[in-house]
Amino acid sequence: MAKANLMDYEKALELFEVVIGLEVHIELNTKTKMFCGCRNDFGDEPNTNVCPVCIGLPGSLPVVNKKAVESSISIGLALGCKIEANGGFSRKNYFYPDLAKNYQTSQFKDPIAYDGALEVEVPSGNKFTVQIERAHMEEDAGKLTHIGGATGRIQGAEYSLVDYNRAGVPLVEIVTRPIIGAGSEAPELAAAYVRLIREIAKALNVSEARMERGNVRCDANVSLRPIGQEKLGTRTETKNVNSLRSIERAVRYEIQRQAQILADGGSIIQETRHWHEDKGSTSSGRPKSDADDYRYFPEPDLVPVQPSTELIEKLRSELPENPADRRKRLAGEWGFAEMEFRDVVNAGLLDFIEEAVAEGAKPQAARKWYSGEIARIANSEDKDVAEMNITPKQVAELATLVESGKINDRIARDVLSAVLAGEGNPGEIVTSRNLEVVSDDGALIAAIDEALAKQPDVLEKIREGKLQAAGAVIGAVMQAMKGQADAARVRELVLERASRA
Amino acid sequence: MSEITPDLVRHLAGLARIDLTEDEVIRFTEQLSVIVDSVAKISNIIDADTPATSHPIPLTNVFREDVVLPSLTQEQALSGAPDQAQGRFRVSAILDEE
Repeated sequence: MAKANLMDYEKALELFEVVIGLEVHIELNTKTKMFCGCRNDFGDEPNTNVCPVCIGLPGSLPVVNKKAVESSISIGLALGCKIEANGGFSRKNYFYPDLAKNYQTSQFKDPIAYDGALEVEVPSGNKFTVQIERAHMEEDAGKLTHIGGATGRIQGAEYSLVDYNRAGVPLVEIVTRPIIGAGSEAPELAAAYVRLIREIAKALNVSEARMERGNVRCDANVSLRPIGQEKLGTRTETKNVNSLRSIERAVRYEIQRQAQILADGGSIIQETRHWHEDKGSTSSGRPKSDADDYRYFPEPDLVPVQPSTELIEKLRSELPENPADRRKRLAGEWGFAEMEFRDVVNAGLLDFIEEAVAEGAKPQAARKWYSGEIARIANSEDKDVAEMNITPKQVAELATLVESGKINDRIARDVLSAVLAGEGNPGEIVTSRNLEVVSDDGALIAAIDEALAKQPDVLEKIREGKLQAAGAVIGAVMQAMKGQADAARVRELVLERASRA
Repeated sequence: MSEITPDLVRHLAGLARIDLTEDEVIRFTEQLSVIVDSVAKISNIIDADTPATSHPIPLTNVFREDVVLPSLTQEQALSGAPDQAQGRFRVSAILDEE
């Protein structure tokens, strides 16, 4: 496959207006599936959470999960949507073995929630209003594993294996209206929007909301139109974008790719594209075709869903603090500078820091570990912070070890590496590697004496007010102690010595 | 007059993975036309405000509590499968992306 030519990003934005549209699927965390009592669990033995309903055996009848409907209404309300008074389900017909019924039970004409809006803040501090067209309920599909062929991918596969444990798990799909006017910040807006949806789902406690597990999935539609043109351009829909970083990268990539094609006089094919995290590019999937003729019709086995005003108002009254208010509250509680706080939000570190603080870390320390170290390492490994092998509790433990003076910052970074490498909790690592700082003044004084003997003029310089001269002694002592000393204490002792003599 | 054409019938047959002969295409075009025209007569005598009837019995809000019920065992689940491997349903390769 030839690599696509990409236009310079700035140039693309001079020539074209970017229009994006986002479809986000949220997997609900109900105990059971959407239409049957099978467990909604991740990671069980294949085909053990299945029954006649979710493997589509003849004669089986679906029954709607009440909790799933309530969770969907809560999501709708949190998105500022109206709730459909008389909705129902439809069959979306297609042949693909990820569902055994040859149709997906979904909502078509009357989604449970519609006409909402969210205010989304991007890293620059700019705010955009994203209009929500609808949020509808549907069921997830099973998981296919492709066997044979070189890469385990679908191409060249000899056959596929299907696990229906996930088939029938409740999903809410949230669809935006076309988002126009974000300009160069469209990729950031896409990621910030999905982050906000995740935060909302977590705050509502309706989903585990873990992107790396596929609890939250995003399809990104991108189209371009020449500046000044009214008519929307042809869009592509990029699937398989399953981290916030990828969403941003995929949207940016599509803007650059489409811009080059259009500038060369070509036209965009309306198609599904696949995002490849490793290559940082999208590739053509199937074009929109006959297969997208889903022949929706009302599901005859399910009756209309008519949530009462009482139920809707009860759920509305139970809505948690909205994410904007939460951010405002945390910013106040933590006392971060505005830029510090914005960086935390944009790096997606809010939840981690909140948990680490709840586990006993000081807010600034938690921020420092997450922004300064963990996010940096994650970035260098091309990963999300969520994929890093460290829990907020471990970060809190690490911060507390530093706070109490048991280890210094430099040692703490080594401990962090060890935790990330899976060696255990910070406290265990400090003990097993004997990393605790030498806080015995006797040992430090001996090392200081030795260092001063080699640099006899240091004390005189300090007395003359050149305090930075202490640095050389501190360095020598730290080296003698193999880094396991509290540098601040060594400094104190050196200055004390200078003032005494 | 119905909008059912032989081409539409071929298209539907393709979507439903049903292999139709040309004779069948003609026959189904006629039959489907009659059905669609009959339904259209009903549309003509009701106004736009009449709600659609999805079920003959006026039932709404039939829900189930979110309580786990026994599932099939893997063996039971796979018992009707034409083919299986590694605890999963085995299906022929499906060509899709790229």
